[in-house]
Amino acid sequence: MENPFSLQGKRVLVTGASSGIGRAVAVECSRLGATIIATGRSQERLDETLAMLAGEGHTAVPADLSATEDVERLVAECDALDGVALCSGIGMMLPVQFSTRKKLLDVFDTNFLNPVELLRLLLKKKKVKGGASVVAISSMGGTHFFTIGNGAYGASKAALDSFMKFCARELAAKGIRVNTVLPAMIDTPLIHRGSVTDEEHAADEATYPLKRYGRPEEVAYAVIYLLSDAASWVTGTSLVIDGGKSLV
Amino acid sequence: MELKEFIDNFAAQMEETDPAEITATTAFRDLDEWSSLSALSIIAMVDEEYDVTLKGDDMKAAKTVEDLYNTVQSKL
Repeated sequence: MENPFSLQGKRVLVTGASSGIGRAVAVECSRLGATIIATGRSQERLDETLAMLAGEGHTAVPADLSATEDVERLVAECDALDGVALCSGIGMMLPVQFSTRKKLLDVFDTNFLNPVELLRLLLKKKKVKGGASVVAISSMGGTHFFTIGNGAYGASKAALDSFMKFCARELAAKGIRVNTVLPAMIDTPLIHRGSVTDEEHAADEATYPLKRYGRPEEVAYAVIYLLSDAASWVTGTSLVIDGGKSLV
Repeated sequence: MELKEFIDNFAAQMEETDPAEITATTAFRDLDEWSSLSALSIIAMVDEEYDVTLKGDDMKAAKTVEDLYNTVQSKL
């Protein structure tokens, strides 16, 4: 019997593939047979990702998703996609009183407007096949958890989660499924930017029922499920991957 | 950057502490109202006013307001 979770023969575009969750998604999808188009800003780090992929035929397309010409070039390189994994994102810890319009726009550009614009162009240029699956990485820290100082980040991820549900409604006519994954804290470079100390992270980890933060590949497995035929009747859902944190 | 101005900016981030109570030698973590939000507010204030990025570890290494002022000074 064919494995319904296999990604054999599927062509998947992964954004944010140069580090963190995006890199893990690219790697784990390749292990399940997908052909990956990996994008991110740094050629060097994309090459590292490329070297980690299983199988043949993968490509890396360096692109800054905030630059129109880069996005157009990326879209031109894509063809007949079976899957799109929107994993690019940025973190920011700012109290409300310091969340200026400029800071909010920076975060919303990266976490909301850039992935949405890429998806729009992919659809407009008919690069996404009927029956394909789109998965966006949103966050529990915006839909469920309202941590002090996380407003700009959380609101941008909540916007992404919401917009993807509208996409799910509209794209269902083409048989394209659209879902999000909602991770809680995942051990990636994004959370180690220094505004929170390692000691504070350790204390926070202890509050999770499973007593640790998630690993990037544990988010990637959820993305794989949603990209695969195993999820053929799943659209418009937000899959919680949180080590039990929402229970406490 | 002046120490006095830095102290004023620091005191402005506090909600309950009398600004007159904040001096160069104040051990800020001992303030009753000190919290993770206070730390984030100081980091954000330093970014906004001085264009310096403080890390959580910089906050932790500083004991007094003047220690923090010296850290910011060294990163200007």
